[in-house]
Amino acid sequence: MTHIEVTVNGEKRSGEVEPRLLLVHYLREVLGLRAANVGCDTTSCGACTVLLDGKSVKSCTVLAVQASGHEVTTAEGLSVDGELHPVQAAFRQNHGLQCGFCTPGMVMAAVGLLSENPHPTEAQVREGLEGNLCRCTGYHNIVRSVLAAADQANAADQANTEVTA
Amino acid sequence: MSILGTRVLRTEDPKFLTTGGVYTEDLVDERLDGACHVFFVRSPLAHARINSIDVSAALEAPGVVGVYTAADLADLPVVPPSAAGLIKAEMEHRLLATDKVRFVGEPVAAVVTQDPYQGEDAIELVEVDYDPLPAALGFDPGDDSLLYEAAGTNVAGYWGDASALDPELFDGCEVVVKQTIINQRVAPAPMETRAAAAVWGEDGRLTAWIPNQGAQGTKSSLASRLGIDEGLVRVITPDVGGAFGAKFGADQEHVVVAWIARHLGRAARWTETRYENLIAMTHGRAQQHTVTIGGSRDGDVQAYRLEIVQDAGAYPRIGAVLPMLTILMTTGPYDIPKAEAVAKVVVTNTTPIGAYRGAGRPEATAALERAIDLFAAEIGADPGDVRRKNLLAPFTEPHRTAFGALYDTGDYVAALDKALSAAGYAELRKEQAERRASGDVRQLGIGVASYVEITGMGDGEDTPPQENATVEVHADGTATILTGTSPHGQGHATAWAMIASEELGIPIEKITLKWGDTDLIPEGGGTGGSRSLQQGGAAVQQAAQELIEEARLRAAAELEASAADLVFDKSRSAFNVAGDPDASVPLTQLAASERLLIRTVFSQPGATFPFGTHVAVVEVDTETGKTTLQRVITVDDAGTVLNPLLAEGQRHGGIGQGAAQAFLEEVVYDADGNPLTTSFADYPIVSATEVPSFELADMATPTTYNPLGAKGIGEAGSIGSTPAVQNAVVDAVAHLGVRHIDMPVTSRRVWQALQAAQPGSEQ
Repeated sequence: MTHIEVTVNGEKRSGEVEPRLLLVHYLREVLGLRAANVGCDTTSCGACTVLLDGKSVKSCTVLAVQASGHEVTTAEGLSVDGELHPVQAAFRQNHGLQCGFCTPGMVMAAVGLLSENPHPTEAQVREGLEGNLCRCTGYHNIVRSVLAAADQANAADQANTEVTA
Repeated sequence: MSILGTRVLRTEDPKFLTTGGVYTEDLVDERLDGACHVFFVRSPLAHARINSIDVSAALEAPGVVGVYTAADLADLPVVPPSAAGLIKAEMEHRLLATDKVRFVGEPVAAVVTQDPYQGEDAIELVEVDYDPLPAALGFDPGDDSLLYEAAGTNVAGYWGDASALDPELFDGCEVVVKQTIINQRVAPAPMETRAAAAVWGEDGRLTAWIPNQGAQGTKSSLASRLGIDEGLVRVITPDVGGAFGAKFGADQEHVVVAWIARHLGRAARWTETRYENLIAMTHGRAQQHTVTIGGSRDGDVQAYRLEIVQDAGAYPRIGAVLPMLTILMTTGPYDIPKAEAVAKVVVTNTTPIGAYRGAGRPEATAALERAIDLFAAEIGADPGDVRRKNLLAPFTEPHRTAFGALYDTGDYVAALDKALSAAGYAELRKEQAERRASGDVRQLGIGVASYVEITGMGDGEDTPPQENATVEVHADGTATILTGTSPHGQGHATAWAMIASEELGIPIEKITLKWGDTDLIPEGGGTGGSRSLQQGGAAVQQAAQELIEEARLRAAAELEASAADLVFDKSRSAFNVAGDPDASVPLTQLAASERLLIRTVFSQPGATFPFGTHVAVVEVDTETGKTTLQRVITVDDAGTVLNPLLAEGQRHGGIGQGAAQAFLEEVVYDADGNPLTTSFADYPIVSATEVPSFELADMATPTTYNPLGAKGIGEAGSIGSTPAVQNAVVDAVAHLGVRHIDMPVTSRRVWQALQAAQPGSEQ
């Protein structure tokens, strides 16, 4: 067993884990944070996507011990005081989810994508989400959701700039 | 203003977006405390005799609680295959393999451990001694290697009589075109794989949590497989992460998990890996079509024949029965004077075939729409024109086809014209002509597919399709709906609340939908075959209306007025005496004095037949064969739309899946029956980069079969898009001599077709 210390959704967590324990299983089984799902065995589907130090990673391909000393954000940690994060809100507004299984991972991937590229084109959104599979939506409304979240953030930026100016 | 027909956002979303859905694997329930974990040892061979199974090493492994084989399950009943009488009865499907294995992935033994990581280790220690047998594969597996020696054949059954086909069917046709077409095997691949959690109470009752499409059907499957009374089974449906037809009933593994929980007197859980899901969950499609189409040089289709071979996989399940639906929809939206169809069902050493989005109808459409294009190409006519010339004229009274389908309402030409117009068809053809003339490396292809499909089928004409609903208004102003449908992404919690809200004057936020607990809702048809809104939704409306009438009588007594003088004021959810607004009694007050609850059953006269036309635009690189799907434009007329947001979502998803079948997805086996597409790295499940945004045009021809005017919309997208995309790819290279390319129309296949069409060209 190995001792780890991880900050998860802003909270410091520590414990002894098996070296082979996957981060997604640590989150789900040890911490009880079950929004991230396991949808494949080959790092293909992205249902387990979380943020590691602000960058999206597939938590099925990160060992819990590798996350030690780092910050993890899951879908549970995205909303503040019950208010949906703008990306979550955009997914709801644009019907970007159906069965919901890919959704927490998709949302985290979208948050990661927008933090790297706040003004993506449709093609960039599609490329950015290529590693996150959805079987329900045909991706149409997922792409619209991400573009809408970007638009909203851009509009907010613009408003702030105008106020500052 | 009515809430019906408006874009109401889903009430279920906040949970899915934050803490996530509670799928079977996520369940935390004290009844499942201390549950053991089940893992399956699966056959690595497509076809083999089992000499022996040695579980001793596995039993010694850390954390192993037990290891079970077919011998341990000998007391359980053997259930005959689907459509007994039509499918060979000897082709029975045991829970675990007995003397033989018949496909890679077939469960052979179950290993039970204390924790999941131990199980993954321990299944490697079960030693099975196999004698390999030759694999029977393909649409003509022959009888040299029999899957079931007792059956004496690898033919499971026939639909229709091939010997009765009319040798003169095409007499008098100026043009006759014949083509064999493969409608390839695909994987449903819901994002949530199969799973189960099971525990038996001290009362001898089983509680099973299983991701499914209808808890009541799953309950029946479990009870019959376990040989117990249905009253001893309670199925609870957690959130379900997609199903696409493949989660109806209970699979072998689900029953074994329930048996283990009983055997050990301890809760048991199982979640399959994606590898297991891709080899052991049912696959879909897997039909071979030989189409023959004949007609006049000026474009009249006069005769059509469809000969189907259904690969049912190793065990005949619902897939063995689906050719019946394909045959029923043989002539689709067209008026073809002479048509016939037959099917042969074969078993092969591959994963069993089940239902997959559309289930039998997409196959009919794919065959027919390729046939129409082949015919159009042969006579040098525009595919749009040939369709327009042969589509049935608009009808408002039900139309009976030669195959017995009773189409409720339809205007197929209008759908075609609307789709072509939305696509800018004439402009596209012009651009195509320019690119052809200039010899552009990137050629444009335009594919058209018209369809009519069947939704909300009952079990034959004597048993009309129906669904039940219960609506209760509570004293605190909230309401509860119980439904026999089983949403897993379709948004029933929102949609059914909209319907009830419209009748009851209670806001949707105050209406809770419950489904999928068989103790609470013992009967129900679940969600599949695009039946839910037209029957389940209509049942909710009927229950709510009956509740209002019941409340009216009670309000009349309360107000000492005549029921006929009462007016229901939806804005206040209360009855008023006409002309005396002060004399009023709200539903909440009535509910406080006595439970205000109605259960009802809605029956529909028959199935409904949505229809439409899809247009696909592709660009094909003639040097590499690479296809890029540029546009998909669809008209999907499913009658009156309750919530456009949800209906569009269903269309998008279907279009994506249908297009994926056309140019990407295929389950592949090697010559020995080894599956080669066992992960998402190998099975090319469609991703966001491979499809464009979709262009939807609206059209709504209401059905008269239910008061909502609604037909099904869940599968239409996957029915029209597959042949539209396939036709588009063939169309892109048709001028280079290509007549047909089988699905999936991959770069390699397109390139090969181009080479074959131009012998002597650079190789």
